[in-house]
Amino acid sequence: MDFAPSFALIAPELLLIGAGLALLLVAAWGGDKAARPMAIAAAAALFGAGFLLVPGLHLGADGPATLAFGGLIKVDSFALFAKALIYLAAIGALMVAPAFFTSAAAGTERVMRAEYPVLVVFATVGMSIMVSANDFMSLYLGLELNSLSAYVLAAILRKDTRSGEAGLKYFVLGALASGILLYGMSLLYGFTGGTSFTAVRAGLSGELAYGPLFGVIFVLAGLAFKISAVPFHMWTPDVYEGAPTPVTAFFATAPKVAAVALTARVVFEVFGAQIAAWQQIVMFTALASIIFGALGAIGQENLKRLLAYSSINNIGFILLGLAVANQAGASAMLVYLFIYVAMSLGSFVALLMLRDDEGALFETFADIRGLSVTRPAIAWALLLFMFSLAGIPPLLGFYSKFVVFQATVEAGLIAFGAIAIAASVIGAFYYIKFVKVMFFDEPAGVVTGKSETGHWALLGLTALIISPLGYLLTPSLSDLADKAAASLFLAV
Amino acid sequence: MEGLPILSLMMLVPLAGALACLFAGANAARWIALGATLVTFALGIVLWSNYEIGGAQWQFTEKADLFAGFSYALGIDGIALLLIMLSVFLMPVCILASWDSIEKRVGEYMAAFLFMEVLMIGTFAAQDLFLFYVFFEAGLIPMYLIIGVWGGDNRIYASYKFFLYTLLGSVLMLIAMFWMVAEAGTSDIPTLMQYDFPAEAQTWLWLAFFASFAVKVPMWPLHTWLPDAHVQAPTAGSVILAGVLLKLGGYGFIRFSLPMFPEASAQFAWLVFVLSMVAVVYTSLVALVQADMKKLIAYSSVAHMAIVTVGLFAFNVQGLEGAMIIMLSHGLVSGALFLCVGVIYDRLHTREIARYGGLAINMPYYALFFLLFTMASIGLPGTSGFVGEFLALAGIYQTSSLVALISTTGIILGAAYMLYLYRRVAFGGQVNEDAAAMSDITAREWVMMAPIAAAVMWMGVYPESFLAPMRADIAVLDARLAAAAPASDAQLAPGTPRAEAANAVTHDSAAEEGAH
Repeated sequence: MDFAPSFALIAPELLLIGAGLALLLVAAWGGDKAARPMAIAAAAALFGAGFLLVPGLHLGADGPATLAFGGLIKVDSFALFAKALIYLAAIGALMVAPAFFTSAAAGTERVMRAEYPVLVVFATVGMSIMVSANDFMSLYLGLELNSLSAYVLAAILRKDTRSGEAGLKYFVLGALASGILLYGMSLLYGFTGGTSFTAVRAGLSGELAYGPLFGVIFVLAGLAFKISAVPFHMWTPDVYEGAPTPVTAFFATAPKVAAVALTARVVFEVFGAQIAAWQQIVMFTALASIIFGALGAIGQENLKRLLAYSSINNIGFILLGLAVANQAGASAMLVYLFIYVAMSLGSFVALLMLRDDEGALFETFADIRGLSVTRPAIAWALLLFMFSLAGIPPLLGFYSKFVVFQATVEAGLIAFGAIAIAASVIGAFYYIKFVKVMFFDEPAGVVTGKSETGHWALLGLTALIISPLGYLLTPSLSDLADKAAASLFLAV
Repeated sequence: MEGLPILSLMMLVPLAGALACLFAGANAARWIALGATLVTFALGIVLWSNYEIGGAQWQFTEKADLFAGFSYALGIDGIALLLIMLSVFLMPVCILASWDSIEKRVGEYMAAFLFMEVLMIGTFAAQDLFLFYVFFEAGLIPMYLIIGVWGGDNRIYASYKFFLYTLLGSVLMLIAMFWMVAEAGTSDIPTLMQYDFPAEAQTWLWLAFFASFAVKVPMWPLHTWLPDAHVQAPTAGSVILAGVLLKLGGYGFIRFSLPMFPEASAQFAWLVFVLSMVAVVYTSLVALVQADMKKLIAYSSVAHMAIVTVGLFAFNVQGLEGAMIIMLSHGLVSGALFLCVGVIYDRLHTREIARYGGLAINMPYYALFFLLFTMASIGLPGTSGFVGEFLALAGIYQTSSLVALISTTGIILGAAYMLYLYRRVAFGGQVNEDAAAMSDITAREWVMMAPIAAAVMWMGVYPESFLAPMRADIAVLDARLAAAAPASDAQLAPGTPRAEAANAVTHDSAAEEGAH
């Protein structure tokens, strides 16, 4: 068997694996002192890997030429789109980390651990494999590589109890979800006799018996945990709150993209012949996520917990695109993912930039009172992000909801769309509360510290993307998303 | 003027001004904002003078495919032209009204108003369904900030209520828009205005649009956000809210609900009539007992807008024209009344009617302006209010005499609460010393009031200037509605016309008499 074409297809992953291993060696000898240059090197490696994706993204990639290693991996336009997003999000998470870990916000250690960039790179490799998996084996490998790195990342502040708690919770519940997923996979294997997506799909055609149906449900439940969709969302607020903020920013973006993309691939490529079986599950999950994500956030005082609920709420809208179960819906979902990554990254960066004069991070609504007077630039940026998350035009967040609901209505799911969009108004309540606290309340009198250039750059970039100027991106964005969605449906 | 994208330019000027204001100091921001709004107003005059009456239905059209899913398409007809003129005319007045009364965060305040202006012009000029929605909905952000940051004591409650009410109304409309675009295959508004949707779908679409516009207008019982928002907003915020934002609802009916869903509009005409009749009587009575001036005028707005909706759903030319004129007139008059409240609020910092009295003695010019606007609000002949209300009620009389009868009580009740307000504020003895010590209006306030007063008189004495640009558009709309118009209850039975005039002298018989 000639492996050269296969290796060529996974060149970005190879680059990242090489970079990760090299960084591991640097970490072993250089120690924590080397952490900052390592983060820069890791970001450069991710950027390089992203650069390798450009030709494929530009030309579109479908067909048998995208299969690697005898069909274990499939590097089509869909995988490329998801990977590009994942790499961008990971670069963001690396950019904001050094300033955070060396400040008082990181507790008593005040040092960035050399493992951080290494773990981010390995988690990214795992996600890369997840989104290009074409076999349940490679799917699980990628998923676990990502998850194990993520558990450690959540607990990376070793002397901070909350961080440890977050890591432990994430690990225990994550292991449970992996177990559920594995159980579902084993059921599917037992009933269809294969682990590759094509084999399982072939085995699932015709009328669905109870056995494989259980397999489908268990697989979906395991994946729902990974994307933190209701009713498997309980871990999200705790982990988001406890994990160090740069890690939270990472969790809220890259693994979400990977897990959503993976779910989309599984439901369309593996369960594509059984749309009726999973569509109602996804519809329920989507609606429940929108409603519970919105209701749960209302009482929150902690900003990170609030953003955790906001991400659950957003996952609901993303799943709305999935529930439509056609190509337009998948494309809308990808557009939403891109905009969601920009919005979440931006909001977490803004939170990271809000520190008092001792360097401790702002955590609650009480801390950010009157922010528009004390730190106007950050307050205005956060205002944009919040209105954008609420989906108010002319910000780009509206466009993401626009495409998803358009796909929903065009597919004839009008009542479903109407309920979902009415529920989105509940979400608007707490987003405008954010604005109210920053703009309408009197300043809390807390002195705020300085922020570094990397943060400003990321904040400015994400704010620019979600500003009305971002609409100029939409033609090329929807073009890319259409290509990616088309490649997903080519197999069907 | 050929080729100059004047509508885009009219949006670009305030946009640039807004961005400049964000970074400018307090005083510079005031002048930038005034300059930007005046330039936009000047452009508006150029727009009006170049508008060809009797020309193409859609003029000054621009189109660019900038976005995926919808296009940047602008263009106006006579209806949009007049509403744009109203917006750009009120804007400099709003800036002047906030000149001294806004002291904190002036740059951001002026920027919010200029953004508002961009969005209002955009809403009236949009020719793409989704572009319209973007502008329509985006206005929530600046208005939320204006009420929340610079509003009165209970501003937070009012701003939440305003935001969530309006948002809930409009998201359902968005779903309907998706359906329409999927059905018709285009998001171009002029095309959709001629598209015949299936009658049973129209019912749902009409209701979804109604949810949005009824909140905006606002129609009873969805009006409760309005008194709160008005009372808490700063003066200029109230002016723009009453002057233009409420008109978005009426504009929505005239641009979307009526031409796109004529059958459903006819089907639901009685729903609109009943809600409007309740609004006319109920909110007028509520206005009568208000102790807060702003609240009184806010309730009077609900009553006036109810006559607008009655006129719109009369399905005839008089009703439509009357509704449009009331919208323009109410935009000017209620805006001016809020300014009048603002003038004395700036001096005494209370909106309570009982704290004033006898202002005609120490503020004669103020009392004069206030009287003019009071009369215009009542609908005295010679003012703009008369023309609009007369036409609208004449229109509805052709459709239903009952609705006409009940709506007309609005004029009587309007006279009651406005005159009662005026008597308590301007006439009588000077019961409060501090109110008696207030100085008359300043030069700045003259500059604010005089143009509005002139416009009110102009519209009252020679409404043809305002009726002419939209006549053709109303005729097109009327023709579109004609097939669906509900049956009239007037039961007009035309008799056989007499052969000669009633006072004609019967020469034949006279001749016969003479012959005898």
